[in-house]
Amino acid sequence: MEIIQVKEVSKFYANHTALNNVSFDVPKGKIFGLLGPNGAGKTSLIRIINQITAPDQGEILFNGQLLTKEHIKQIGYLPEERGLYKKMSVYDQLMYFARLRGMNRTDAHQRIHNWLEKFEATTWKKKKIEELSKGMQQKIQFIVTVMHNPDFIILDEPFTGFDPKNTQLIKDEILNLKANGASIMLSTHRMENVEAICDNVVLLNKAKVVTQGSVMDVRNSLKDNTFSLTYTGQLDPTQIAHIEVKNLAQRQTDATLLFSYTGKPDIQLFNDPRINITEYREVIPSMQDVFLTLTDNSSDE
Amino acid sequence: MTLLTPLLIASFYGIIIWVNIGQSGSVEQQNIVLVDPSGVFSERIVSPDNIRFIPQKSYSIEDLIYADSIDAVITVAQNYTIDKPLTLNYKSMGSLSVNSNASIKDAFGTVIRDQKLSTMGIEQGAIDSLRSSVEISQVKVDENGDTKTSNAMINSGVGMILSMMIYFFIFLYGVQVMKGVIEEKTNRIVELIVSTVKPFQLMMGKVIGIALVGLTQLTIWIVLSGILMAIIGVIVGINFMDINELKNAAQNPDLSGMKLEDLELLTALQSLPYAKLFLSFLFYFVGGYLFYGALFAAIGSAVDNETDTQQFMLPITMPLVFSIAISFSLISGDPHGTLATWMSMIPLTSPIVMMVRMPFEPDLWQVLLSMLILILSIIGVTWMAGKIYRTGILMYGKKPTYKELAKWLFYKN
Repeated sequence: MEIIQVKEVSKFYANHTALNNVSFDVPKGKIFGLLGPNGAGKTSLIRIINQITAPDQGEILFNGQLLTKEHIKQIGYLPEERGLYKKMSVYDQLMYFARLRGMNRTDAHQRIHNWLEKFEATTWKKKKIEELSKGMQQKIQFIVTVMHNPDFIILDEPFTGFDPKNTQLIKDEILNLKANGASIMLSTHRMENVEAICDNVVLLNKAKVVTQGSVMDVRNSLKDNTFSLTYTGQLDPTQIAHIEVKNLAQRQTDATLLFSYTGKPDIQLFNDPRINITEYREVIPSMQDVFLTLTDNSSDE
Repeated sequence: MTLLTPLLIASFYGIIIWVNIGQSGSVEQQNIVLVDPSGVFSERIVSPDNIRFIPQKSYSIEDLIYADSIDAVITVAQNYTIDKPLTLNYKSMGSLSVNSNASIKDAFGTVIRDQKLSTMGIEQGAIDSLRSSVEISQVKVDENGDTKTSNAMINSGVGMILSMMIYFFIFLYGVQVMKGVIEEKTNRIVELIVSTVKPFQLMMGKVIGIALVGLTQLTIWIVLSGILMAIIGVIVGINFMDINELKNAAQNPDLSGMKLEDLELLTALQSLPYAKLFLSFLFYFVGGYLFYGALFAAIGSAVDNETDTQQFMLPITMPLVFSIAISFSLISGDPHGTLATWMSMIPLTSPIVMMVRMPFEPDLWQVLLSMLILILSIIGVTWMAGKIYRTGILMYGKKPTYKELAKWLFYKN
């Protein structure tokens, strides 16, 4: 099942194309990574899903139905620039956004209380946003996003501004939301986070989809027949048949050899008495590599 | 601040008015030594209110420098006779103020004129009777032939205060609308809100919300000034709000201890068309704000930060500043003239200019036409602002040109 289906969506502005025939599915109950360099069209897409703007072509389905204003209450959105009223108190702020998303006063009050407790933030209730530290503000913003129990949550760079402890807290909270059945769309430039928590990704570049699928599939698709061999002992890699040496990192006690096969794998290598193999694996590109390979750096911004 | 700001503004203007009007009677007296070897003036000159002439045979420059009791020295040429043009030699540590300048010229001129008249053989009694004091006591006649006292000074004073309040309200709260829009835009709150409400609703909510703040403020002002009036009334011993009591006081000036002319001012104040003034003030107060508030919201949405607002602020603040600048001279100087009439029709200036005219009671059809034009303009401007706002709040990065703003008017959703 898909929570969101993006079908051949295009969005044109006066002098550039923000989205060019973009299609992908966001599976239900998973964490989905929306990746791409700045200016690739992520913000335009998020705005279309949030119904801030409408696509010029194509359509978006929410739970199989055409996306309408009714679905807004089931969507939570954490914008990249943190949007809070600086002079409003934490409680008023949370109440305002809860009411905007259609909650009634009593429910909202209860939820606000629960969430503040969860983030050990009950003492901030009466404080103005501008009196809080940046990390605290982020937490409030996060509560704003998820307070109304949305089925679908869009998080745009949720980790910026958090120290490692709070990053972990937010990460756990995201996984928690997933465990409770929510579907999450995560837009971030931190590829280590994508590898850590995303199930599926789509990579946009210059208004088009470059690749999509599960994180493992995407990484595997870029395998280039590179292997890594870590060993102790002495070895002259140039003497080994049917391999092409890419790199040899010699350290004090051991060495790592990066190579690719040019012919039939030489079984002798693994039986060589002069060396003692500690690790042998195929090199799978990291999301960082995938990102850099598929999006050339000449893109604007 | 809700309470303090209006009090501050009120006292600020109070001080200005007090300095301008109240102070003139009690200016410090200047002591001027008059050295007049010609003997034409020393016997005859009459010291005006703000100057005391001290005739002396001679003076020393040390006296002028060291004696605190002498502010200036005026010398008349020894060979002066009244048929020659007079040049006074004025020596002083400070410079001559405009008021003193006029008083001195007047005092010497009177002496010369009286002298000339008496050489023509006119008796002193006749000369004295020539000195005239002119005051205008105005009576306004309406269509039914009813008369009432009117006073140009009171009228322009009232118009000035009311239009000033409108001017401040538009600026204070208009800028607040603009700042609010910029805040919501820069920290992306709009993106959270606009997904649930329409941009137009958000903009109108902001404009109307701040209007309500302004009306609350106005109510506080009215209540406060009512209390102030009551307190002053208790101190002076007269109920300002009761016209009969005022008339009684006017007929028995000894009882109230007030000067007759003060009471005349009060009666003129009493005879102002209060109901009309109040209703039109409320209308132009709210209408002017709504007109400009929408424009301010559009500006806020078009820029990324407050520094970029300058370019767009100028053309919409110019008419406001211009109308307030000419209000006190041109408009209240000729409240029913062509300029005043036209400016009270154009919606950019009408909230202020019509308010200046109101105490002078312009024709009803003019007031109604001006109001109608303002209402239609509010609708038009709000529609335009809504279009610009809708596109502007989602645009980041570059400052748009006027041409682009015009294009935004016709963007589809």
